[in-house]
Amino acid sequence: MELINYNDEELFQPGHVACAGCVEALSMRVILNTVGRDAVATVSPSCGAVICGAYPFSATKIPVFHTTLESGAASASGIKRALLSQGKPDTTVLCLAGDGGTYDIGLQALSSAAERNEDILYICFDNEGYMNTGGQKSSSTPLAAVTGSTPAGKTTRKKNLIEILAAHRIPLIATASPSHLNDMAAKVEKAKALRGTKVIIVLIPCLPGWGVADNAAVKTARLAVESGVFPLFEVEDGVHYTLNTEQRTQSVNSYLAQQGRYRHLSAEQVEQIQADVDAEWQRLLWCAAGR
Amino acid sequence: MEAKNYPSNRLLLSGNHAVAWGVKLVCPDVAPVYPITPQTPILEKITEFQSQGELDMELLTPESEHSAMAACISASATGARVFTATSSQGLLLMHELLHYACGARAPIVMFNVNRTPASPWGFWPDQLDSLAQRDTGWIQLYSETPQESLDTVIQAYRIAEAVGLPTMISHDAFYVSHSMEPVEVPSQDLVREFLPRFEPRYRLDTELGQSFGAPIDQATWNRSRRDIAAAMALVADAVTAAGEAWGELTSRAYGPLEQYRMEEAEVVIVTMGSMSGTAREAVDAMRERGEAVGLLKVRLFRPLPAEALRQALAGVSCALVLDRNYSPGMGGILHQEIKSALFAMSGAPRLHGLLAGIGGVNVSAEKIQQLVDDCREVEPSVEAQWVE
Repeated sequence: MELINYNDEELFQPGHVACAGCVEALSMRVILNTVGRDAVATVSPSCGAVICGAYPFSATKIPVFHTTLESGAASASGIKRALLSQGKPDTTVLCLAGDGGTYDIGLQALSSAAERNEDILYICFDNEGYMNTGGQKSSSTPLAAVTGSTPAGKTTRKKNLIEILAAHRIPLIATASPSHLNDMAAKVEKAKALRGTKVIIVLIPCLPGWGVADNAAVKTARLAVESGVFPLFEVEDGVHYTLNTEQRTQSVNSYLAQQGRYRHLSAEQVEQIQADVDAEWQRLLWCAAGR
Repeated sequence: MEAKNYPSNRLLLSGNHAVAWGVKLVCPDVAPVYPITPQTPILEKITEFQSQGELDMELLTPESEHSAMAACISASATGARVFTATSSQGLLLMHELLHYACGARAPIVMFNVNRTPASPWGFWPDQLDSLAQRDTGWIQLYSETPQESLDTVIQAYRIAEAVGLPTMISHDAFYVSHSMEPVEVPSQDLVREFLPRFEPRYRLDTELGQSFGAPIDQATWNRSRRDIAAAMALVADAVTAAGEAWGELTSRAYGPLEQYRMEEAEVVIVTMGSMSGTAREAVDAMRERGEAVGLLKVRLFRPLPAEALRQALAGVSCALVLDRNYSPGMGGILHQEIKSALFAMSGAPRLHGLLAGIGGVNVSAEKIQQLVDDCREVEPSVEAQWVE
């Protein structure tokens, strides 16, 4: 068993209000502690904003500014520029957002911040839907998944945000999973040392939203990585791809079978999703080989 | 009053470039700005100052006014002095964040160039864009001339920071934004004396550890609005204090209202922005003929200085409100506001609401004189009347 190797400075406190068993709280704990005390965060409406806690409490030891849903990256930019004007270039500015605030309504502001290469670390807690409002589809929701607004299953694929961000040629884009916390901490550490816009997308299996058992979020996240549905990789400067897990050891079906949102799938649909994952995996291998 | 001896520089400036010179003298820490006609000369001029090293400021050029205002709010919350500028559609796109800025108690200063909101597309002077933001919690000041725009930008920081509320200044598209006049540009030393350093008690700071804007319960939300109301109650005095202090340094004093040739006036024209300049001419012509007509210029629109308005209009028999805006289904917004300010006032003037110059159509000094003649002996209708 791999020990979790990071320094817990207690920057994320007990008393947060995540659902019992939620791996977003776990991820936030690892990320905040890796970033350290010299940091300011902005958070857009999302599970993350709720997890941080309601006034007058806060689960975070670092200052947090709550902004609007579509303006996470713009808000982070404003904080960074203010800190620069105060001669504090080394303070890390974190933007914590959900997939709705990143893939959908916040994409315009994120694209602009990336184009300006603002010195921010953007964390997207991707639970593949508007889970904080009860579970509706976002453009991050995968093909065939049932949500409150796709009761028969989504008919289109998940948006490939990483490719969109890669087109901005920012210093670092990475995926991370709560099943691989050392990898997550290493990526945060790496991002912290880089100047410019860094984006880390963390897959968060949502217990109620995905229909995952209360004790199965980490397992589900691990199956997402091991089946290749959510590969762990990095893109540097938009062109240099590095795969962090080079082997797929699980079938896509083993991942899908964990989740209520896929319970209705036919064998054909599972095959189609497997074929999609196979094709994307081949493309990633191709990118990582530098072709 | 004798002005202190600071040298000033007389330059021929458009209204927008006068604003940019005001910004240069304030030297804000952060300016997120997005271009829009007819605001763009403000953006271009401050960018030019910054690129030439004459203005040490973080310039942020995002993809929209929405992101510009979002960055203004968070930069202000981090303790930075912030400036932005916009117009019309841009201001309307910011609407959500205008509420947010007030709730966040961010003393941002924004310059808005009043322009018709689409549809249909137009680029003409009309104050509906900013007046439609009257419930967002921004202090609103209206400027008549390039000189007043420069002076007001600098005063606005003092006002905003004194009460902890965002402040918007507006001047009319083209009539002011692109018209040139000689402008006294004060010295940096004068502005430094006038404007204290911005050192907010509450700010995002890793040493302080304060967080802002988290979800709150009903009672606390209610209290936050009472706090805003208490701050709003301080604004008129803050505007007066800033305007008087500015007057001591420059000989150009300002207040929430300006009364022009109001002595013994029987008829008073009430208006805002560039229309005030034309009304001044009309008043001069009528005074020349011995008619007791005056002008009451509203400089501070939000919060409306209701008590000062009542005092200024006491004893006046007839007042004409000229609105360069139209709120569909209601009429002129300034007319509505003045009506409510004068409610239950004994001996209030007969109040005529006139929709004049909507969409930027010309309203001449002769036209204003004719309106005064048409209205002075007539009982006003409840609703505002369109001026042909």
